Amino acid sequence: MQQSDARPSRFAALTGPLSTLLSNQAVSLFFILLLLWLVLGAMSPVFFTVNNILQITLQGAVVALVAAGMTFVILSGGIDLSVGSIFAFSAMVTGIAMQSEFGLFGSIAAGLLAGTAVGFLNGFGVARLGLPAFIVTLGMMSIARGGALLLNNGTPIFGLVDGFNIIGQGRIADVIPVPTIIVLVVYLICWFVLRYTPFGRFTYAIGSNPEAARLAGVRVSLQVIGIYMLSGLLTAVAAMVEASRLNSTQPAGGDGLELNAIGAVVIGGTSLFGGEGSIFASLIGALIIATIRNGLTILGISAFWQNVATGAIIILAVYLDRLRRNRQGS
Amino acid sequence: MSEPKPYLLEMRDICKSFFGVQVLHNMHFDLRAGEVHVLVGENGAGKSTLMKILSAAYQADSGHIFIDGQAVQFHHPAQARAAGISTIYQHFSQATHLSIAENLFLGNLPRNPLGMIDYRRLYQLARAALEAVGATVDPRLPVRRLGIGDRQLVEIAAALTRNARIIIMDEPTAALTDREVDRLFALVHQLKAQGVGIIYISHRLEELHHIADRVTVLRDGRSIGTQTIAEVEIDNLVRMMIGRDLQAFDAGAPEPDAFEVLRIEGFTRAGKYEDINFTLRRGEIVALTGLMGAGRTEVAEGIFGVTPPDSGAIYVRGQRVQINQPGDALRHDIGFLTEDRAATGLGMALNIRENMTLPYWAQGRDYIYGLLLNHRRERQLTDDYARSLNVRARNLSTAVKYLSGGNQQKVVLAKWLLARSSILIADEPTLGIDIGAKEEVHRLLIDFARQQGGAVLLISSDLPEALKLSDRILVMAHGRLVGELSRAEATEKRIMAFAFQVE
Ligand SMILES: Nc1ncnc2c1ncn2[C@@H]1O[C@H](COP(=O)(O)OP(=O)(O)OP(=O)(O)O)[C@@H](O)[C@H]1O
Ligand SMILES: [Mg+2]
Repeated sequence: MQQSDARPSRFAALTGPLSTLLSNQAVSLFFILLLLWLVLGAMSPVFFTVNNILQITLQGAVVALVAAGMTFVILSGGIDLSVGSIFAFSAMVTGIAMQSEFGLFGSIAAGLLAGTAVGFLNGFGVARLGLPAFIVTLGMMSIARGGALLLNNGTPIFGLVDGFNIIGQGRIADVIPVPTIIVLVVYLICWFVLRYTPFGRFTYAIGSNPEAARLAGVRVSLQVIGIYMLSGLLTAVAAMVEASRLNSTQPAGGDGLELNAIGAVVIGGTSLFGGEGSIFASLIGALIIATIRNGLTILGISAFWQNVATGAIIILAVYLDRLRRNRQGS
Repeated sequence: MSEPKPYLLEMRDICKSFFGVQVLHNMHFDLRAGEVHVLVGENGAGKSTLMKILSAAYQADSGHIFIDGQAVQFHHPAQARAAGISTIYQHFSQATHLSIAENLFLGNLPRNPLGMIDYRRLYQLARAALEAVGATVDPRLPVRRLGIGDRQLVEIAAALTRNARIIIMDEPTAALTDREVDRLFALVHQLKAQGVGIIYISHRLEELHHIADRVTVLRDGRSIGTQTIAEVEIDNLVRMMIGRDLQAFDAGAPEPDAFEVLRIEGFTRAGKYEDINFTLRRGEIVALTGLMGAGRTEVAEGIFGVTPPDSGAIYVRGQRVQINQPGDALRHDIGFLTEDRAATGLGMALNIRENMTLPYWAQGRDYIYGLLLNHRRERQLTDDYARSLNVRARNLSTAVKYLSGGNQQKVVLAKWLLARSSILIADEPTLGIDIGAKEEVHRLLIDFARQQGGAVLLISSDLPEALKLSDRILVMAHGRLVGELSRAEATEKRIMAFAFQVE
């Protein structure tokens, strides 16, 4: 289940704990991230400060949360293109709920529920109607975006309930941002689920060979529906963080989020064919994306170039991964 | 004796490691024109790897390859193919939605002056190519419509259109019926006469005397001897392969009045099988035999709910049950070891343990607090089966895609023995398994039936295996049950007499 198992080491000549450690996708990616930090740190004195690193974890939080759910989806052999729209839709539901006096927790619950419900529809389309995930979630991308726009006539909602801002703006002990903590907790739970629960195991099994899973008695449809619900739920969590940070909910929010989330997952080395990958690698993938954006900003390079850079990095990462696999195969 | 001419092929000092584990140690191998050189050896001995190096699917770490005495170096499979080396894989590389003709000439399609595909000419060429291998199929059909035997012929025809001089056949007969095997052997003889050199890998040692000129035994990545067919003695060969003799074997018998665990009544699916009735008792092994295409696998799929029958009834331990999908069958304690391990048996990206325990966990057994996977239990269960089946792998956390074919099959077997379903339908359970491990599989199946109170419906094209294991043998032909023989009555001859009977 671990990366080190599924994909033996590229440092095969080494043996012992060191090679196990290095062969772990998440660990070797972490070194790449460190390298990136060192390089950027050498280029700008501002970069390598505790504050800025924390800033990166904050900026990376939204993508990281969405990427966590996306990891399950991609591990199961699917794809979820609708996350950006689910993100906006669940934020708008929370905003409306706050305006309608649902209270803090009621409104958050409403938003999370909305995200999960859209995820359910995705899962239903894929598992029960048997449609390709690409099509179902592409359609849902448009539907949920429409929903988000309809909810408040296409205008943002400002001035959210008191106390809501802690989620996105609070800092524990005045240092560690609350979103960073949320991300860590979510990833620990996801790791645990993938490693220790049948739900996690069957996610890999379905991604690797759905027919073999079905013949082994895995309830594939239920499982797939659950996976898309999880993706919807975690996307909604990300939406809460963002809404709290901006103190508003935006019907146009989350634009391009699917690109960044899928990018984080594939930079993490999870196979788009399903069945292979590790959750912490996605976290580092998200941090790499956030680092590049942050670094380019600090170096004063235009935001337009950041898009170019992010896209290029994703393609490069997948290409390198392909090279590595080919070399291992022979 | 002096060499009249240089070898068609010579491989010298070939070494190959995967992930730091050496699987080929200074292998030598040679082949003459017009010769069949057979490679035998245990699962994981390195046979396929050596051949993949020859066809440049893998690169050797060191060593040399000579063709007609000339050193060659291939970096890409296309180069090996251009040099006249073709492989007939057990898992076919064809584009199954394309027509036979297109597959034959893929990459070399005849064109008209406008640069478009000249179909008339393509079909002409294809017909000629198919004729050359004795295949009587319409070249316009998509490849997916063909049975396994015909696909193989198409692959051989494709090799010939590329002017192959060396043809590698990796376990070509593993999934063929006797008649198809005969046809293949006839073709092999014809190819030999044309001067083609053939490298042939098989676990069916009884075939050797029909086609081999020389036999090389591989063990743990080393060549431990080459013999001409005149020198070959099967018992001796087995000893060279597995390092011991096969043991005599007593299958025992089920308790005479054991109760009935499975009853199939009036099973019918249009065009596939009709009015199938039989029973299975506790402790019993019943073989379902017949020619390929007789409908055996389809009946098994009907029982298990993969494709339920149009009509008919299933009784499990006397109770009428409804099975609409595999989950239902599993709940009624029926397991199904399918014949195609790549398509329906294994998750290639999952590791050995995860594959072995999939049905076990899917049945919701043994969770910690009723919720969590019990990794310790998983290790115990899988260690035991991996040991008794002699699964060759670096460790059990290795993804099964890195295992040799026979070792993958062992994982499928362990998976279903581990599932502990008391009724096991086993479709070609020993496909591609070496002769030593096969013995162990047989022992495990007998043990499962006699000691653990299981019952096995065995589908096997391997008649000696069916005869050795089964208490009763059911024979199917053209979708119908045409005969039943007890252990005492059954012989290969009588089974074939039933199987070949025509309406
Ligand atoms: N791509 C690969 N990556 C890692 N290990 C491999 C790979 N291919 C083969 N091996 C290992 O090399 C060894 C030899 O495998 P090979 O497939 O050549 O065996 P084989 O003799 O063909 O066995 P079988 O009779 O089961 O087909 C095995 O231990 C196998 O696990
Ligand atoms: Mg092999």
